[in-house]
Amino acid sequence: MELKEIIIQKLNEHFPDAGFEFSEYINEFNIKLDKKFIQPVCKFLKEDSELEFLLCEDITAVDWARRKKRFTVVYHIFTLKHNYRLVLKCDVEEDDCNIDSVTSVWRTSNWQERECYDMYGIKFNNHPDMRRIYMPEDFEYYPLRKEFPLMGIPGSLSLPKK
Amino acid sequence: MDRFTKDEIHPKIIQKLLEDSDITIDDALENEMVLNMGPQHPATHGVLRLVLKLDGETVIGCVPDVGYLHRGYEKMAENMSYHEFIPHTDRLDYISPTANNVAWVMAVEKLAGVEVPVRAQYIRMIIAELARIASHLVAIGSFAMDVGALTVFLWTFREREKIMDIWDIVCGARFTNSYTRIGGVANDMQPEAIALIKKFLEGIDNNLIECEKLLNTNRIFIERLDGVGVISKEDALSYGYTGPNLRATGVDFDLRRAVPYLQYDKIDFRIPTFTEGDCLARYFVRTDEIRESAKIVRQCLQLMPSGEIKANLPKRVLPNKAEVYTKMEELILDFMLINFGINPPVGEIYHAIEGSKGELGFYLVSDGKGNPWKCKIRSPSFIHIQSLPHLVKGRMISDVVAIIGSIDPIMGEADK
Repeated sequence: MELKEIIIQKLNEHFPDAGFEFSEYINEFNIKLDKKFIQPVCKFLKEDSELEFLLCEDITAVDWARRKKRFTVVYHIFTLKHNYRLVLKCDVEEDDCNIDSVTSVWRTSNWQERECYDMYGIKFNNHPDMRRIYMPEDFEYYPLRKEFPLMGIPGSLSLPKK
Repeated sequence: MDRFTKDEIHPKIIQKLLEDSDITIDDALENEMVLNMGPQHPATHGVLRLVLKLDGETVIGCVPDVGYLHRGYEKMAENMSYHEFIPHTDRLDYISPTANNVAWVMAVEKLAGVEVPVRAQYIRMIIAELARIASHLVAIGSFAMDVGALTVFLWTFREREKIMDIWDIVCGARFTNSYTRIGGVANDMQPEAIALIKKFLEGIDNNLIECEKLLNTNRIFIERLDGVGVISKEDALSYGYTGPNLRATGVDFDLRRAVPYLQYDKIDFRIPTFTEGDCLARYFVRTDEIRESAKIVRQCLQLMPSGEIKANLPKRVLPNKAEVYTKMEELILDFMLINFGINPPVGEIYHAIEGSKGELGFYLVSDGKGNPWKCKIRSPSFIHIQSLPHLVKGRMISDVVAIIGSIDPIMGEADK
C-alpha cells in the first residue's frame, strides 16, 4: 500500500470528525482539516511509529482577501523515514482569528508561529511566547495582509521623540 | 546559585543601601545581570541581537531578537513578477547567492511546469556547489576568527576570492550574481570559466589541508569547541535543524539524496555525518562538505553535455538578448514577459533545495497572474537561530561567540 493511502486510512480511523479533504497537486499531498484538530493530528503524525513526521519544515498563512474564510494556515511537514512531504491546511476566519499552537509537538514551530502572528495577526492558542518577531512591539498593523499597502503606512513606525 | 540572606550581610552595608531609596535589599543581593549583545557586534555575524541573562560569567538565559534587517521581501515578492524577484534572492543568503537563485527559479519552474535542459541543470549544480564551498569557507574562516585564530580567516577568504573570480567570468558579477533565469541560465558557461573552475578544484584540497593544519592540531581551538553547544539528535530535529548543523548530530539527512532534484541522482557523493552534535562536529562537517562539493563539481564537469541552456517555451522563458534586438517576434515576447510576467497556472507549491546553510525552501501561491499571490521563504538561518537559547544555556559568555559562529547564521536570510 502506498504511503498516501496509509495516511488517509490512519487519519480517518483516528479522527473521524476532523472533516479531512485530501487532494494532490504536482506530487504534493494536501490535507485540509478542521482547525480544532490541528494539534492532535500533528501529534499523531509525529508519534505514529509507521509515519514519524519528525521535521516541521514550515508554518505560514495565506491571506485570500475576499474569501469567506479569509486565512489558511499551511504546515509543511516531512518524514525522514519515507522522505515524504505532507501539507496540512486549516482555514481560519477573520472574526475568529486563532488556531491551536503546535509548539508542544515541534519546538521549531515557536518562531514560525510568531512570524505568522506578526505578519497576519493570527493568534496561536497555548503558545508559550506570543510576541511579534520582526516588527516592533507597538506596531499596530499586520504587514502581509492584503490591505496593507506596499509603501507602508506613514507614521505607523514610531520614531524616538526629539 | 545561593545568595546571602539579609541577616548575613554586615549591617553597615545594609544601612548604606537603605540610604538610596531606589534600591531594595533584594536588588542589591541580586547577582544576575542582563547583557545586551549586538545588534552591532562583529561576532554575531550581522545584526543579530541577543539579550543574555548572566550569573557571573555563566549564561542562565538568552533571548534572541531578530528583525533588524527585515526588508519585507515576502511583501515585495507579491508585488513584482517572478523574473523581477531573482536579483532579490541574491540578498537573502548573501554569502551563497547563486544557490538562492537556483532555489527560486526551481520553485517557479515547478509552479509553471517548465522543463529545464540537461546542460542548464548541470550548470546550476556547479554554481550551487561552488556557492556551498564559498559559504562553508566563510563559515569556517569567520568561526575560527571568532575563537581567536585570525590567520585561517585570511586563508579561506583567499580561496573564496577564487570562486568570486569564477562567478565573475561565468555571469559578470562577483557578488550578487542573478545568474539563473526561469527555464535555464542567463548565458552558457564559457571555456574560460570551466578552465578556472578546474584550476580552482586542483588547488582546493591542498589549500583546505593547509587551513585545517592551523586548526585541527590547535589545542586552544579544539578545547574551546569540544563539547560546547551540544544538541542531541531528537532536539535538533524538533528544532527543525537541517543542513550541516543537523548532520553534525548524526542524522544523515540531505535533500540532495532524500528528494533528488536537478541531476543529483547521477552523482556519486558522500554525506558527511558526525554524531557529537557540538561546535567541533559542526566544523568538521563543513570541511568535509567542501571536499564532497568539489567532488560533485568535478563529476558535473565530466558529465555535462553540450546543448541548449534555456528551455524552448516562448511564453515562459525570456528570449536571447541578441534576438530581441533583431527579430520582431522575440521583441514582442520579451515585452510581454517583462511587463505581464509568466502567468503560471493557479496552484500552490513548495520547493526546497539543500542550500549551503540547510533547507532553503520557497512556498508559492499563484492566482494565475504575473506576480505571486503569496511567497514564503523558508530560511534555515531563522530556524537555527531559534535554538540558540537551548545551546548557550549554562555555558560561559565566551562560548556564546563560538556557538553563534558554529551554527553559521546569515541575517540577510533570517530576517528576509
